[in-house]
Amino acid sequence: MTTRLLSLTRPIPWASFLVPGVLVGLMALGFVVAMVRYVSGIGAISNLNDGYGWGLWISFDLLCGVALAAGGFVTATAVYIFGLEKFRPIVRPAILTAFLGYLMVAVALLVDLGRPERIWYLIIYWNPKSVMFEVGWCVMLYLTVLALEFSPMLWERLRLEPFRRLIQAIVIPLVIAGTTLSTLHQSSLGSLFTISPEQLHKLWYTPLLPLMFWLTAVAVGPAMVILESTISSRVFRRGLEIDLVGSLAKVIPVALAVYLGVKIGELVATSEFGLVFEGDLESGLFLTEMIGGVILPMVLFSLPAVRRSSGLLLVGAILVIGGVIMNRFDVSLAGLSRPPGVGYFPAWSEFAVTIAIIAAGVSAYGLVARYLPLFGEHAHTEAEA
Amino acid sequence: MTFAMLFDASKCTACRGCQVACKQWNDLPGEVTHNTGSYQNPPRLSADTWLVMEFHELENGDEFKWGFLRRACMHCVHPACVSACPVGALHKTSDGPVLYNEDRCIGCRYCMLACPFDVPTFTWKKGLFEGAVIHKCTFCIDRVSAGLETACAKTCPARALVFGERDDLIAEAEARIQARPDKYVPHIYGKEEAGGTDVLYISHIPFEELGMPSLGEAPVQERSEQIMERATPAVLVGMMVGLGGLYWVVKRRNEMMAKKGSGAAHGDEEAPS
Repeated sequence: MTTRLLSLTRPIPWASFLVPGVLVGLMALGFVVAMVRYVSGIGAISNLNDGYGWGLWISFDLLCGVALAAGGFVTATAVYIFGLEKFRPIVRPAILTAFLGYLMVAVALLVDLGRPERIWYLIIYWNPKSVMFEVGWCVMLYLTVLALEFSPMLWERLRLEPFRRLIQAIVIPLVIAGTTLSTLHQSSLGSLFTISPEQLHKLWYTPLLPLMFWLTAVAVGPAMVILESTISSRVFRRGLEIDLVGSLAKVIPVALAVYLGVKIGELVATSEFGLVFEGDLESGLFLTEMIGGVILPMVLFSLPAVRRSSGLLLVGAILVIGGVIMNRFDVSLAGLSRPPGVGYFPAWSEFAVTIAIIAAGVSAYGLVARYLPLFGEHAHTEAEA
Repeated sequence: MTFAMLFDASKCTACRGCQVACKQWNDLPGEVTHNTGSYQNPPRLSADTWLVMEFHELENGDEFKWGFLRRACMHCVHPACVSACPVGALHKTSDGPVLYNEDRCIGCRYCMLACPFDVPTFTWKKGLFEGAVIHKCTFCIDRVSAGLETACAKTCPARALVFGERDDLIAEAEARIQARPDKYVPHIYGKEEAGGTDVLYISHIPFEELGMPSLGEAPVQERSEQIMERATPAVLVGMMVGLGGLYWVVKRRNEMMAKKGSGAAHGDEEAPS
């Protein structure tokens, strides 16, 4: 049943069971670990402690997960708001990635929250002063918007034409809501850490953290589209829309340049620029993040030759993605000073949960690509623009 | 009337009576711990230990010196945990104590990040059926609301910890510092820190050496509250209106282009296929 998924490998009989087998195995392991957590507590499967209340699941599953889902709103905005019709072929894959990404975030939260069964309390008990209040509402609302944006694939497959038309009729308000919610959500994840001005290292702490998180999300969105298009073009034996992704990549150097400018300007204005060359762990992390994840890809994506080469596009995209992942870990873990005597490194079982959630996302993408019209939207060109 | 406590580090003998009284009154179980080479035990606050005496081994020239510090919730005047909690499970009472509503907590642990004193602790060993939530010092609300002192202050044999009214205790602290300026650090920790706390400290040892964070006078949540109260509504409305307007302008322009029949699209982009 998975011949298409595996068409990149040679047709060895057992190989057609290998990839799904591994994915199911990883999901099963994560499921068992999660069950232990539900019976015996988060402490039973994690190294989280009272000094490090947040760990891998928040830094990676939540912060990176949301950032890496940014391809959805960037692409949808380009096509539906800016009227850049040529990007339409990559809207559906980008929306799907964002939708699955947000579902993965939601699942991770159900493991990480102490009382996941009370997650709906966010709806009835309000504290509008809390950034976490905004984060929670953005997850709920944007997940709903993404589900609606994704649904036409389902309606087409099920031949439920009235539903498809309904979504088509409200697609512009949906995209506007989605872009607004994405902007709020990406930035609010940065705002979360403005409450720790004394604990977050000055290389990362800035009152502009929400802006920094949003800018990096705008840069990493197209990078994710590049990564995903490259993988799917190989796995599903489709041509890579190189002119499209190359063109979308033009956003990246702009967002990164603004990010770099604000970052340097802010460090100079607060006379903390010297910290960059302090030579300690933080300055090393910061320099790696800025040179490898910001400056290098900014230069790469500015070059037309790079935007025409599938290999170099992929290299640049991986640099941006790596830089953003590093940034989220630096802000939420490495750059936060914690009380003396406490430490944290994720337990194997924490990785098992994270990997299981990724495996579930990959499986879901494969199933949607196989059973729903993910790449076949050309037949239903919506008469817009 | 604001309930408060004053801890005088110079009077503390580190008998840990307060730590035991806290456990007894609040019915908190003992913890299995390991010898870490320090008298300090348990090593830090936890869901079952709401007050811990810290034993700081300090150098005073060639001499060894003890620094004893009572570590528990500071009951901030403007608590960051209350600001951070998305469901309002924490609140500041008009009498001073910062209280926590276990029936509302969703266990997100943002309060643990927000607290500049690293006070809120989590029940790591509780599963889905017991419900893992936050625990911390309650200022013995069940005692003080009945006219009693807090258990820790009541038990302190050296009177290093006293219970009272915030303004009275600040006056008392000032009087003690003035009477012995040679002995005390000329600072009341908690009078101004992070917007002020209802648990106040005076000491003969600099507060940084005792592990207290150096905080400004503004509450740490000042910035995040500004973002929530001003930036977020502005971005919400601005984005909706801006994107709607942009969509309309682009659509109009494309229609005009199509009418002209030039077939060229805007900017350097190709025409829609």
